[in-house]
Amino acid sequence: MSPKTLYDKIWDAHLAHEAEDGTCLIYIDRHLVHEVTSPQAFEGLRMAGRTVRAPDKTIAVPDHNVPTTEGRENPEAMTEDSRIQVAALDKNATDFGIHYYPVSDVRQGIVHIVGPEQGWTLPGMTVVCGDSHTATHGAFGALAHGIGTSEVEHVLATQTLIQRKAKNMKVEITGKLNPGVTAKDITLSVIGATGTAGGTGYVIEYCGEAIRELSMEGRMTVCNMAIEGGARAGLIAPDEKTFEYIRGRPHAPKAGQWEQAMEWWKTLYSDDDAQWDKVVTIRGEDIAPVVTWGTSPEDVLPITEAVPAPESFKGGKVDAVRRALDYMGLTPGQKLTDIEIDTVFIGSCTNGRIEDLRAAAEVLKGKKVKDGMRAMVVPGSGLVRAQAEEEGLADIFREAGFEWRLAGCSMCLAMNPDQLAPGERCASTSNRNFEGRQGYKGRTHLMSPAMAAAAAVTGHLTDIRDLA
Amino acid sequence: MQKFDKLSGIAAPLPLVNIDTDMIIPKQFLKTIKRSGLGVNLFDEMRYDREGNEIADFVLNKPAYREAQILVTGDNFGCGSSREHAPWALADFGIRAIISTSFADIFYNNCFKNGILPIVLPQEQVDVLMSDAEKGANARMEVDLEAQTVTTSDGEVFGFEIDPHRKHCLINGLDDIGLTLEKAAAIDAFEARASAERPWV
Ligand code: SF4
Repeated sequence: MSPKTLYDKIWDAHLAHEAEDGTCLIYIDRHLVHEVTSPQAFEGLRMAGRTVRAPDKTIAVPDHNVPTTEGRENPEAMTEDSRIQVAALDKNATDFGIHYYPVSDVRQGIVHIVGPEQGWTLPGMTVVCGDSHTATHGAFGALAHGIGTSEVEHVLATQTLIQRKAKNMKVEITGKLNPGVTAKDITLSVIGATGTAGGTGYVIEYCGEAIRELSMEGRMTVCNMAIEGGARAGLIAPDEKTFEYIRGRPHAPKAGQWEQAMEWWKTLYSDDDAQWDKVVTIRGEDIAPVVTWGTSPEDVLPITEAVPAPESFKGGKVDAVRRALDYMGLTPGQKLTDIEIDTVFIGSCTNGRIEDLRAAAEVLKGKKVKDGMRAMVVPGSGLVRAQAEEEGLADIFREAGFEWRLAGCSMCLAMNPDQLAPGERCASTSNRNFEGRQGYKGRTHLMSPAMAAAAAVTGHLTDIRDLA
Repeated sequence: MQKFDKLSGIAAPLPLVNIDTDMIIPKQFLKTIKRSGLGVNLFDEMRYDREGNEIADFVLNKPAYREAQILVTGDNFGCGSSREHAPWALADFGIRAIISTSFADIFYNNCFKNGILPIVLPQEQVDVLMSDAEKGANARMEVDLEAQTVTTSDGEVFGFEIDPHRKHCLINGLDDIGLTLEKAAAIDAFEARASAERPWV
C-alpha cells in the first residue's frame, strides 16, 4: 500500500462517491450548527419538503448573537434581528429533532468549544459547521471544514459534502518552547511566516515536538487559526493526550466500543514516507511571545519589536500596510510595548477554554486592571465558566477588575452588544484583527491570554516575560 | 427544488431594460433569516411609495396581474449584484418563468437553483409576447419546458433553446442536493459500511 498522510487516511475512510470528473462526496460524521448561517438552510429543507438525514449527527447551539450579560434570557437583551435568529434555531432544532444546547443550558457555549467538550468531536471523523473556525476540531485528528449556507443545507439533507481533494502541507514545530511562549504564539507565528494565503488549497498537519508537548486546549488553539493561514483545515495526529481528553465525555464511545475505536484511532498518523506538497519547519526555540500590529493576522511580530514601516514590505502589501497603520493609529518605529490599550477581551473559540482562563488568572493573581480600562472574560462555554468558578479563577478575575461574563462569541465578532467603540484599542485573545471586526473603527491586537492579562495590568502591550 | 415541466399562467409585462437586482429586491431586505417571505418586497421601490402604500400603476399591483407567474421583460434582466435574494423574492411572489431577450449571467444561474425558468427569445418574439401579456388576466400564456415552447393566448408557438443539463435538473426538480440525492444508494451503502466499521460514530 502506498504511504499516506493523516489527511489521506481520513479522506479515504469517508469517500462515499467519486464522479468521473473527480468530484467527490465526502460523508460527514458530525455537523455542528449555529444560529447565523443556518436559518436559510433549514428554510430550504422545508421548502423542498426534505428532512435532516442524520439528526443524531447534527448538533446545534446559539453562540454568535447571544448576549453574555446576566439576564440574557430576557428577550429585551437582544436586538430584534438577533432575537429572531436565535428563535429560529430553537424552532429548527425542535422541528428537525437535532441535538440542541439552548441559551438556558449550562452546556451552551461557542460551537467549537461545545463540540469537543461534549465528546462529539472524535479522531478520524469528518466535522463540518457553517463557520470557518471549524478547523479547531482538527486538534483531535478530525478533518474539519467550515462551509457556506448552501452547503449547510446540502449536509443537512444528504450528510455529505461535495469536495475536491486538497493538497497536503506539513507544518513542523521542532524542539521546545521558551517560557512565556504559548500555542497562540505558535499559530500566529506560523501565519506570520507563511502569510494568510500560505495554506490556500492545502490541509495542514501540525507536527513536531513542540506540538506534541501542547495540551489538547493548546492544540485546539493552533488548529483554530489554520483558516487564517488560508488552509482548508488543520490537523494534529491523535495520541495518548487526545484519548485521555476524550475518555468519559458524554458522547465519547462507551466500554466495548471504546477499545474498537482506539484500535482505529491508533492508525491515524501520517506514514513516515508520506508525500507532502509543501513543508514548513519552524524551530520552537525561535518563537517569541507575539502580537499583531495590523489588520491581518499575518501582521505579527515578537512583542520586543517595533511597528514596521510600509516601505519594508513588497508589492501590494506596501499600500495595505499604509492603510492598516492609518486604521490602527500607529507610527512606524513605535515600540510595540508602547502601544496603549483601553480594552481587554479574553475569550473566543481560539482562547476561551479552561486552560486559557487559568493562564490569564495566573498573571492577574493579586493584581489590578489599570484604572479606566474595560476588561472582560467571556468563557467559551457554560461548563468552562462553572469550572473556572469552582477553581476560584472567577474570583481572581473579578478582584482584578474584569467583568465575568456568560458564554458566547461576544467581542470576537461583535454581533452581540459587546463591541468596541470607534478608535478603541483592544488586546484580544480572538483570531481576527480585520477592520471593524470587533466594532466599527475598533482596533484589535491579537495575542495569548497571558499577554492580554498582562496588558490589562499595565495598560499597554506588554512582554509577559517582563511582568513576572 | 420545485420541478418545472409545464406552466399555464398569467404573464405580466415589464418592458423596462436593465432591471437590476437592487430593483428586484433592495438591500434593506437582505437582513433576513429566510429565503422565503421576500415576495412582498419584490420590486419594493417600484411597487410601494415611501409610506408603504401600493403604487397603483405598477403592473404587479394591478388586479389583472396580482397572480402573475410569468414576467415578460426588457433586455438585460437581473444585472447588478449577485444576490440570490433576487430569485428568492421572485419565486416567493410566484414567478416561475421570465422571458427576455437577455439575462445577466449570475442571475440566470441563480434562477435555475430556485426553480425559475429564464427564457431567452429574439426581440420580435418578445415583442409579440409583450403585447399578449398586455391583454391582462384573460390571456394565459403557456410554457412547456419538455417541448421547449412558449405559446401565446392566441396559440402562436415560439421555440426556445436551453442547456440540456439545466433542463434535466429543472424538469426533475434537481439542485446540487437533488443531484447528490440521486446518489443516495452510494451514500446508503457507505453509511452501512461505515457504521459496521466504526459503530461509535
Ligand atoms: S468565537 Fe469568534 S471565531 Fe469563534 S465561532 Fe465565535 S465568532 Fe467565530
